[in-house]
Formats: sequence, structure tokens, C-alpha cells
Amino acid sequence: MDEFLAARLQMAVSLGFHIVFACIGMVMPWFMFVAEWKWLKTKNPVYLDLAKAWAKGTAIFFAVGAVSGTVLSFELGMLWPTFMEHAGPIFGMPFSWEGTAFFVEAIALGLWLYGWNRLSDKVHLYTGMVVGIAGVASGIFVISANAWMNAPAGFDWIDGQAYNIDPVAAMFNKAWFAQSHHMIIAAFSATGFAVAGVHALLFMKNRLEIHAKALTIALAFASVAAFLQPLSGDHAAKNVAKLQPAKLAAFESHFETQKSAPLIIGGIPDVENREVNFAIKIPGALSFLAHGDFNAEVKGLEEFPEEEWPPVPIVHYSFQLMVAIGMFLMLLSVIFLAGTYKWKHWLEKRWWMLLLVFATPLGFIAIQAGWVVTEVGRQPWIIYGIMKTKDALTPMPGIQYTFYTISAVYLLLSFIIVWLMSRQIKMLQSKYLKHD
Amino acid sequence: MTEIILIILGISLLLYVLLGGADFGGGILELISRGKASGIVSRAIAPVWEANHMWLILVVVILFVGFPTVYSTVLTALHIPVLLVLIGIILRGSAFTFRHYDIEEETPKAIYSSIFRYSSLFTTFFLGVTTGGIILGDITQDYSQGFYAVYMNPWLNWFSFSLGIFVVILFAFLATIYTLGETKEKSHVERFTRIAKYLIITLVVAGALAFATAELEGHPLFFEFYHSIPSMISVVLATIALPLLWINLKRNNRQMLRLIAGFQTTMIVLGWFAIQFPVLVKINDGVDITVQSSIAPRATQLQLLIALIVGVLVVFPYMGYLYKTFKFGEKTADEQKAS
Ligand code: HDD
Ligand code: HEM
Ligand code: HEM
Repeated sequence: MDEFLAARLQMAVSLGFHIVFACIGMVMPWFMFVAEWKWLKTKNPVYLDLAKAWAKGTAIFFAVGAVSGTVLSFELGMLWPTFMEHAGPIFGMPFSWEGTAFFVEAIALGLWLYGWNRLSDKVHLYTGMVVGIAGVASGIFVISANAWMNAPAGFDWIDGQAYNIDPVAAMFNKAWFAQSHHMIIAAFSATGFAVAGVHALLFMKNRLEIHAKALTIALAFASVAAFLQPLSGDHAAKNVAKLQPAKLAAFESHFETQKSAPLIIGGIPDVENREVNFAIKIPGALSFLAHGDFNAEVKGLEEFPEEEWPPVPIVHYSFQLMVAIGMFLMLLSVIFLAGTYKWKHWLEKRWWMLLLVFATPLGFIAIQAGWVVTEVGRQPWIIYGIMKTKDALTPMPGIQYTFYTISAVYLLLSFIIVWLMSRQIKMLQSKYLKHD
Repeated sequence: MTEIILIILGISLLLYVLLGGADFGGGILELISRGKASGIVSRAIAPVWEANHMWLILVVVILFVGFPTVYSTVLTALHIPVLLVLIGIILRGSAFTFRHYDIEEETPKAIYSSIFRYSSLFTTFFLGVTTGGIILGDITQDYSQGFYAVYMNPWLNWFSFSLGIFVVILFAFLATIYTLGETKEKSHVERFTRIAKYLIITLVVAGALAFATAELEGHPLFFEFYHSIPSMISVVLATIALPLLWINLKRNNRQMLRLIAGFQTTMIVLGWFAIQFPVLVKINDGVDITVQSSIAPRATQLQLLIALIVGVLVVFPYMGYLYKTFKFGEKTADEQKAS
């Protein structure tokens, strides 16, 4: 493995690890808020148990999110010093605000987790909401920084130097909004289905009230999010078509510029011969999805020099995977909504529980795939159209070894966390079974 | 504008040393006292540790937004010790949380505890080594000089290692004083008073060692302190505080102890700032990176400052509320019942 590849993989592993905890950190406070609110309203102790059980698990995720995030803020400079040297003053504004949001979140979290007996009910409840709001805000800020890499704005680039820096324009770049709504919705959908899946599995074993309540809360959030996700994704795709046509072409392995371009579903891209084999093609659909008009022209990869193509197959497969999962989760959300309003008995059925169990990891898989689409699709650029990724690489040799080390640490940590969660769940189960 | 950003940077670093330091030191103290402190340490740290470590994030963000060349140069030359710090941070934070939240069971708890203790020591030591590398300034930007000269030499030396030891003792000392205020039990008070006394003595020795090894590495640290009036004043004040500390240890006056220990640490950090300023990173064979040469353009400074000031206005009162809510050492009625 060469150094450059090792650095990219280390970045990908670190970010891919962090994002899981970040999503849980953004979303779980909202679930816990609802559970606690229900407890205060109904005085049904099951809700209190649920909020506390969730809180224990979430505290573990929060801590790992915080340490992996701390690592990231150093890694950006350890792996890509040239990038940070130029980009820092330009896209630093969202990071500075993010710092405040993190602080508020960390303080509120400490109060919430340890303050059950020290704060009044109301203050405790709303402290939980502060955690959720600060979490989502920090997510949006960091996405805005990433969006700037895709749609650089707020500076003039002259001879390898940035002039006339305008941090406000950089923060509100053309990609921040599309990426933000898509990411926040994704976090709710992925976390919601993951939580629902775990409780569905437990519910199948013992039909406890606590799992039924947990399922309702998690699915209420997840189904709304999963329903909106493809709509939000469509907006994201239209935005990419405008800002990064080469990336859009790579999503679809769209080699030739065409009017009334077909949407390619599945298939194996053959980059050398510039074609896609074994794919389903829906005529005109890509033109419609990218530009809202069946006859519009969609730029193909041929418009760009080959050394500026992103790795087409990876981007193509990841995009297809994300969209496939998105459609499936949307289907689940439609079933849930139908079940809630009309066919109530559906939601007690075994097939529904099995579907939910199957969906447990899907949202997170889609999130990883989506980030591969965004980040790999931007290659060879680290700042789109401005700076190449390879020019930003640290001069330090031996990045392979740091990559192996970091990956091993994260792998080990992942195993431990899965084990810890299963222990927590077992404890909760046994507590309830003793009660009955 | 630049001055205010620098001051906030300095305060954040100082608060990281004081709050994060006591927290790192908690793990080291557990190691020294063979686990006797672990209940007290756990209870004191748990609600505040995430907030305490945010000061480090703030330092990093101010650096890469406001002083980008400092950030990139330091993280390139000191890549290796920083990586070790990061691995330590991951292990420490995770082990601490696992110990706190995993179900009660002997073996896993013992494993978490020992990972927490040893990685606290390890992380603190390499934080000190990294700082030593920055102070010593054996950093080069000529990357053609070979691996050893560029990536090892800046930190693999006697001075950086003595600073590592110094910081370990300093953090353990802070944690001991902090813990003393958390316990009223007589046997504990005696034990931690004894540990505190030992730590004060070793701290003075380690400080002297750092000055001596600096001379050894050809860095006239003593001379620099001597020639900067603010550094001199801070050294003198930190030294005057020593006997005061001793007396208050004898009398077991908790509030005074915390105050003096905090004051002394503040003086040490300020003394360092004073000899460093206005150079931020010394470069061995080139032009030093100063505040002037690395500061971001005005537009960036302005936005950074706005975010920081809003942050300060929100964070400080809220942080105060956090500390007030967990008036440490006091238990709620429920917790007393539980224990
Ligand atoms: C639960 C996760 C999830 C699901 C089901 C989907 N996405 Fe997604 N997608 C993401 C999670 C995600 C993400 C991880 O959140 C990304 C990465 C960067 C970003 O902002 O969001 C993303 C990026 C992303 C991008 C690239 C944006 C860019 O490069 O700037 C596009 C065009 C889409 N998505 C489109 C879709 C469509 C049409 C979907 C249809 C069903 C879809 N996504 C489902
Ligand atoms: C947490 C979600 C994210 C994931 C999973 C993710 C994933 C990835 C992946 C897979 C790569 C490697 C691409 C390649 O080299 O082929 C990468 C690169 C990178 N990402 Fe992200 N990314 C995420 C968010 C961000 C954010 C928020 C930022 C910055 C604000 C960022 C900055 C970078 C940088 C600097 C690189 C290295 C340069 C490059 O390869 O272009 N990423 N990321
Ligand atoms: C898409 C990408 C990202 C998203 C959505 C995201 C979001 C979040 C959220 C919601 C949290 C708080 C929850 C928790 O502590 O578990 C968090 C923590 C953190 N993130 Fe990220 N993040 C992303 C990428 C990054 C990057 C690229 C960096 C570094 C530059 C970073 C730095 C941090 C830090 C330092 C923390 C710890 C804060 C604390 O102690 O509470 N994150 N992130």
C-alpha cells in the first residue's frame, strides 16, 4: 500500500467510525426526550425505565463519539497539512461555531445524565432537548465545512494562495443546505431503524411493554425521516448535477454527454470501454432526475480529462446501494404509517418484526455508502477544482503504520461496544422478567 | 483583535491544563494510590469530563482557523507523539466510560480500571513530550533532511522527556489536591496529604531536571526565564506559593489548597507563555513562526472572534451552572441512601 492510499483510508476509517457515534449522539437525545416527556405526562414507569435504559447506552456512544471526534480534529492536520493550512482560515467559521455547540452539548449532557436527582423534572426534561438541539447544530456546522470542500466559495484563488477571504460566504456555500438536510434526515432514519430493529428482536422474544413503547417512539421518528429521505436525496442530486457534473456522471457511470439521458439501475461499469453492462436503463429518467426535464442534456464523463475522473465503479456501486436502501426504508415507513392509521394489527405481526430486524443496520450502511459517494466522488480533488488531494498529503513517511494502528484500535473498540450493548440489554431483560 | 484571540487561546490552554489536567491526573492518582482513590475520582470526574476536554478542541480549532501554519507545522513535525496522545485519549475516555456504565462485574471492571490508569499516565506523558518539542523548537521545515531529523529529533530528547515527567507529576498533584477536597474520611485525608507532599517534592525536582536538560540540549531556558520580567515574576510567585501550600496541607484547609494549587499551575503556564511570546513555533534552521507571520486574514479573525465571544457568553455561565449543580463532595439524599 502506498502512503497516499494509506492516508485516504485512515481518513475514511476515522470518519466512518465517528459518523456512527455522531448520528446516535444527534438523535438519541430526541428519543429520550420523548420517553421522559411521556413519563412526566402519563406517570407510566415503563417510560422512565426506557429513558434511563437508553441513557446508559447513549452515554457510552457519546463518550466514544467525543474521543473519535477529538482524534479527527488532529488527523485533519496530521494527514492533510497543506489542505488545512489553506482551508483553515476559509472554512474555519463553521468549526468555530461547532466548538460552541459541542460545549453546550457536553455541559447539557453532563447535567442530563447525572442530574436525575439534582434538577427539577422540567429542567431535566428540557436539558435533554438542549443536548439534542446542540447535537444537530454541530452536525450542520461540520457538514457545512465538508460542503465547502465540494462547492468552494468565499475566496479568490491566485497562484496557489487564497485572497479576499469571506468566511461567511464560505460557510453558506452552495452545497451546505442540500447536504445538511440530507445528512440530518439520514441520521434520524438510520438511528431510528437501528433502535427499532433491536427492540423488535427483543419484542419477538418477550412481548414486554417497554419494547412496544420503544418501537413506537423510534419508528415515529424513523418513518417520517425515511419517507423524506429520497425527496431530500433528489434535491441533493440536482445540486450535484449543477455543482459537480463529473461526480454526478460517476454516480450513474454516465460516460457520454446525452440529451434525454437514461437512468442506469444496477450494472457493472466497464471504465475502459466506457459502458455499463447488465444494467436496467430507464430512458430520459436521469435527465429528469438531474434537471427536472426528460429532454435535458446531462454531461458525461467524456467532458472531463480522464485524470480528473473519480474512481467510477466505487462511486457507482455506493450510490446504487444507498438509493436501494433508501427506497426500501421508504417502503417500511409507508407500512408503518399505514399500520398506525388503519391496519393496526399489521404492527403486531411476525413478518413486520422480521422486516424491522432485517433493517437494523441498513440505515448506517446507507450512510457509509453516501459518504463514499460524496467523498470518493469528489476525487481527485480535496477542494473541488482548486486543490488536488495528493498535493495536500503530509510529507511524513510510514502512514501505512498509523493507518494500521488506528484501524486496529477502532476495530477492537467496535467489538467491545457491541459486547457492552448486549450485556446492557441482557440486564434490562432479566430485570423485567423478574418483575413479572 | 489578534490580541483578544490570543488571550482566549491562552485561557483555553490554561483551563485545559487546570481542568483536563486534574482529570488526567485522576487516573495517575489511582495508579499511585493503588486504586484507593477510584471511587472518589470516578464520582468527581464523570459529570464534567466531556466538558473539561472541550478546552482542547477549542485550542485546536483556534489554531487551525486563526494560526493555520502553527497547526500544520506542529502536527507534521510532532506527528508521532501527537498520535500517541490520540491513542491514549481514545483508550482513556472509552475505558473510563465503560467502567462507569458496564454492569458490575469484577474482571471487566479491573481491566477497564487498569487501562484507564495506564493510559492516563501514558497520555499525560506524551502531552508533556509534545509540549517539550514545541518549547525546545528543534523543528525543521526542510523535509529533505531525513526521517530522524524531521520527525524524531524534535521530541526524542532529554528535555522533552523531562517535561513529560514534569507534566505527569503536575497533573497528579492537581488531582490529589482536588481529591482532598472531595473526601472527609480521615484515613483518606491522611493518605492523600502524604501523597501530595511527595508530589510537591518530586515536582520541584522534575522542574529542576527540565531546566537542566534544556541546557543539555543547548536551549538556554534558564537564561530566557531570567531575561523576561513576566516569566521571572511568575516563577517567583510559583515558588512563594510552595511553603503556603505546605502549611495549608498541614492544616487541611481544602479551599485554600485548591486556590493555591490552581494559582501555582497558572503561574507555571503563564511563565511559559511569556518566554514563548511572540514566537509560536521555533524553527531550527529557518524563520520562526510568530503571531504576526501566522495569523489568519482580518475577515477570518473577525468571524472567529464573534464565535468565540458568543461562545464565552454562553459557555461560561452554563459551565458554572454545571459545577454548581454537582457541588462536589456533596451527595444528594438518594446517593447517600445508596452508599
Ligand atoms: C440513511 C441514509 C441514506 C439514505 C437512505 C439515502 N442517503 Fe443519500 N446520502 C446519505 C445518506 C442516505 C449521507 C450519508 O448522509 C450523504 C453523504 C453526504 C451527505 O451530505 O449525505 C448522502 C449523499 C447523497 C448524495 C451526494 C451529495 C453530495 O455529494 O454532495 C446524493 C446525490 C444522494 N445522497 C442522493 C440520495 C438519494 C436519491 C436517495 C434515495 C433514496 C438517498 N440518497 C438515500
Ligand atoms: C463523517 C462522515 C464522513 C465520512 C464517512 C467521510 C468519508 C470519507 C472518505 C471515504 C474519504 C476518502 C476519499 C478518497 O480519498 O477516495 C474521505 C476523505 C476526506 N474527507 Fe471525508 N467523510 C466524512 C465527512 C467529512 C467531513 C465533515 C470533513 C471535513 C470537514 C471531511 C474531510 C475529508 C478530508 C479532508 C478527506 C481527505 C482528502 C480526500 O480524500 O479528499 N470529511 N472522507
Ligand atoms: C459528517 C460528519 C460529522 C458529523 C455529522 C458530526 C457530528 C457530530 C456530533 C453530533 C457530535 C456530538 C455527539 C457525540 O459526542 O457523540 C460530534 C462529536 C465530535 N465531532 Fe463530529 N461530526 C462529523 C465529523 C467531524 C469531523 C470531520 C471532526 C473534526 C474536525 C469532528 C469533530 C468532533 C469532535 C471534536 C467531537 C467531540 C465533541 C464533544 O466532546 O462533545 N467531527 N460530531
